[in-house]
Amino acid sequence: MGGFAGNTGHDPHVLYTLSAVQILALFDKLDILDVGKVSSYVAGLQNEDGSFSGDMWGEVDTRFSYIAICCLSILKCLDKISVEKAVDYIVSCKNLDGGFGCTPGAESHAGQIFCCVGALAITGSLHHVDKDLLGWWLCERQVKSGGLNGRPEKLPDVCYSWWVLSSLIMIDRVHWIDKAKLVKFILDCQDLENGGISDRPDDAVDIFHTYFGVAGLSLLEYPGVKAIDPAYALPVDVINRILLTK
Amino acid sequence: MLTLVYSTSSLPGRQSNLSLSLSRISLLRDLADQKFESHTLAYLTFVSYHRGNMHGRPRKAYKPEEEAASAAKAAKLRSLQNQFMSNHHAKIYTKEAIDLSTKLLEINPEAYTAWNYRKLAVEDTLSREESNQDLVKSVLDEELKVVESALRQNFKSYGAWHHRKWVLSKGHSSVGNELRLLDKFQTLDSRNFHAWNYRRFVVELTNRSKEDELKYTEDMISKDFSNYSAWHNRSVLLSSLLAKAEGFMPNEKIPDEYQLVHDAIFTDEDDQSGWFYHLWLLDQTVNVETPLLTSSWPSHAGCLNDSSSSKLTTSCSESGSFPLILYFNQAVGGVSSSSTVTIDTELKGNEDVVWEPVSKKNSHVSCVWVARLKYISSEPCFGKEYKVKVKIGNSPGIVSSRGCNFSASYEFVFTAHVHDTVEESSQEGIVSWTDGFDIWDAESKDLNALATLDRSNAQMDSKWRQEAIAEEIDLFRELPDSKIGKLTLARLLMAKAMISDDAVKGVHYNEILELYKDLMALDSSHYQYYKDVHSVALLRKVTSSTEDLSGHLFRCRNMNNSVCLRLNNLSLSRIASVEKLLFVQMLDLSHNELHSTEGLEGMQLLSCLNLSHNRIRSFSALDSLRHLKQLRVLDVSHNHIGEHSVDTTRYLCSSPLFNSEWTRDEVGRQMPTLVTKYWDAYFVLRDLNLKQLDITGNVIAGDVFSSFVLRVVPKLVWLDGKKLEI
Repeated sequence: MGGFAGNTGHDPHVLYTLSAVQILALFDKLDILDVGKVSSYVAGLQNEDGSFSGDMWGEVDTRFSYIAICCLSILKCLDKISVEKAVDYIVSCKNLDGGFGCTPGAESHAGQIFCCVGALAITGSLHHVDKDLLGWWLCERQVKSGGLNGRPEKLPDVCYSWWVLSSLIMIDRVHWIDKAKLVKFILDCQDLENGGISDRPDDAVDIFHTYFGVAGLSLLEYPGVKAIDPAYALPVDVINRILLTK
Repeated sequence: MLTLVYSTSSLPGRQSNLSLSLSRISLLRDLADQKFESHTLAYLTFVSYHRGNMHGRPRKAYKPEEEAASAAKAAKLRSLQNQFMSNHHAKIYTKEAIDLSTKLLEINPEAYTAWNYRKLAVEDTLSREESNQDLVKSVLDEELKVVESALRQNFKSYGAWHHRKWVLSKGHSSVGNELRLLDKFQTLDSRNFHAWNYRRFVVELTNRSKEDELKYTEDMISKDFSNYSAWHNRSVLLSSLLAKAEGFMPNEKIPDEYQLVHDAIFTDEDDQSGWFYHLWLLDQTVNVETPLLTSSWPSHAGCLNDSSSSKLTTSCSESGSFPLILYFNQAVGGVSSSSTVTIDTELKGNEDVVWEPVSKKNSHVSCVWVARLKYISSEPCFGKEYKVKVKIGNSPGIVSSRGCNFSASYEFVFTAHVHDTVEESSQEGIVSWTDGFDIWDAESKDLNALATLDRSNAQMDSKWRQEAIAEEIDLFRELPDSKIGKLTLARLLMAKAMISDDAVKGVHYNEILELYKDLMALDSSHYQYYKDVHSVALLRKVTSSTEDLSGHLFRCRNMNNSVCLRLNNLSLSRIASVEKLLFVQMLDLSHNELHSTEGLEGMQLLSCLNLSHNRIRSFSALDSLRHLKQLRVLDVSHNHIGEHSVDTTRYLCSSPLFNSEWTRDEVGRQMPTLVTKYWDAYFVLRDLNLKQLDITGNVIAGDVFSSFVLRVVPKLVWLDGKKLEI
């Protein structure tokens, strides 16, 4: 079929298809894929209005737009979809506060904003973003503790160190937050005895938040951490290797 | 490592026992070597992660008995899952098999394959029993029950919500319950976006009116103003109703909305729920959908000649042409000489003038449009004057990117004085930014010929707009010192400037600048945001009148009296008001805090630019300069190019990262490694026709980069102050 599942035996879905492609890109092993099949699976999930379904059951969400575009870009098969329509659909999910939701009319949420801004970045379409308006919405995610939340009046969470931060970087407004305070917040979320990073100081650690914390520190240029590409969430040298060399 | 990832999503409660042996800060150093392996893997499952399991769990000490209990639970779940999988693969849809999937979903609503299986089971039943309406309805009702119990477990489960939508879409279920169910969820968590999205789905299914939904948002807001989700939904509904304008007139409704949002802002000065709604109201008050022409070059009644003005035609003598610039207040398409813009002139050779948008290669829209008018200087036309009449908008066709038509029609007339072009003493002498400048004569009427600074964007139906802004200003002046109070007041005062007739007199830019300075101290986390808007306000002030601007203008004797604008040492972190500065030929922005040249692309006459001693971090930040076809002198010395590993303009420039743009020329093919390493410098420099470049004082500078530059810019004459051997 071309798609990948979350584990052996489970059903295919774009979520895990992207994961598989990213893992292989990281290890420079994309050649083990049947690129034609995988890209056709993903491209086949684009709908008439440019949106993408997650799988054959038709759930539509801008997360899947990002996934499809990111995946096909790494595979260098973006021409298999209508990029113009995909961009149009994403733009239709733009809200009056400058942010993006999962479907047209849905509330702005940092995770969705990352997906939409990332997809627009990868397709060279960031001119559709009102950078000052969205930039202000995003920078106001930084609360007094220095952490970032995902929407107004919510608690800060280390995972937003990725979603809000990478979005700010892609639209060149990252200087609007206090980077030092955010670094301190992320470091405060470490479990200094057993390792790992949690969503908030003194909560249980998990692999997701460990990743987001480290990726956030990379975007904040914390010493000793490799540079990560804000749109693809892979190291810059991996992306440059794939996209800049023929 | 793959197993680690899967076990996280399929076995809840197991996360705390993943012995990943992560060690504190040393991990962060190891990562540089380990190529982000484990961490990118974690990321890869981010999109499937669900908040229910990963957040707000307190850190507990490791207890062996908990491990045993957890392992037993995991074993039970694994066996359940294995049984389910074999049913799924064998397409077994018996009652027992379906009940098994119910049990699985009860424990883990994120088992997405189980939701898929249930859909297959339902379709299997429907295909066999579609005539039996009662059975069909009861089967679907059972599905709705399963969804409800899953949502009770995790009301943020994507799989559960989608399954509900899928069932409802079948059309056999009663929709009446749904709004009641949503009311329950609203009470549990008024910010649950899944519930709000599902509400939108039900509203569409039941054809509920926008007015009813508007009333619902008002009810929610009056119960609790701190409900951003309700404000957001209100904005969506209201903007749609206002667009239709039947009984929803902006001049009535917008002032009402200001009243509504005041409570949200004033009750708790730190609560952001109303901030963005108020900003949207301000935008509705100030901005009109229809695109307008903000400025042009030459400006109306401008005179291009070599006596009073600045020998503008002379500096164009290399190309034998000069630009026509149209600057709109928003991105538009459809500017073309075959239909929407007509040029009337005796200057020969201009029958087929091509208008181009100043934007990325494949974009057909832009705020700035440029065309070039030729003049044939070899003709014996010494001292001849040519009138040029430009008409815009006589026929429809100019449309904004949001689909609104440019309706006004403009006409501007200017005179081009073409003189005999004596071969210029090859402009090979180095251009200095310090010597040979004359102060601009403030009394001279030249400036009015070059730019119309005082024209404002007075709207036709502006009375309610001006009143609304005046009322808001009065109200916000009463607020005690608060961040949102000061910020909103500053924005209101800027808005007032935009729509007032006597823009110059009525607005006190100094008050705005003071407010932003206060905010830099009051809300230091967002210092750079206030710095940027302060720079914008400062430039608005500088360009608001001829008196203000002429203090910054000079003429450069060595560059044929070119107009030089000096904006150095102003702590500028942003460029703005470019539409008022289209006539500028030399621009000194040295000793400021700029990190990007975003906005400069409109300055089509620019031939010399000084950006030394700023905060430019990469060539990608200079991408807008690629549109300045007349740029010959560029100074980016003493910046931060090459110093940072993070490139914040990587995706904002026209670059090879958008696959299709990667074409290399001969030079590029000869130096593949260097071109890959310096890709952004390559793309910016190869499009420019520079004669003079300064790059010293940047981390990137050095022998390798210099020799790279010389290959990419073969016509360069001066590099870092030294003349190059030909």
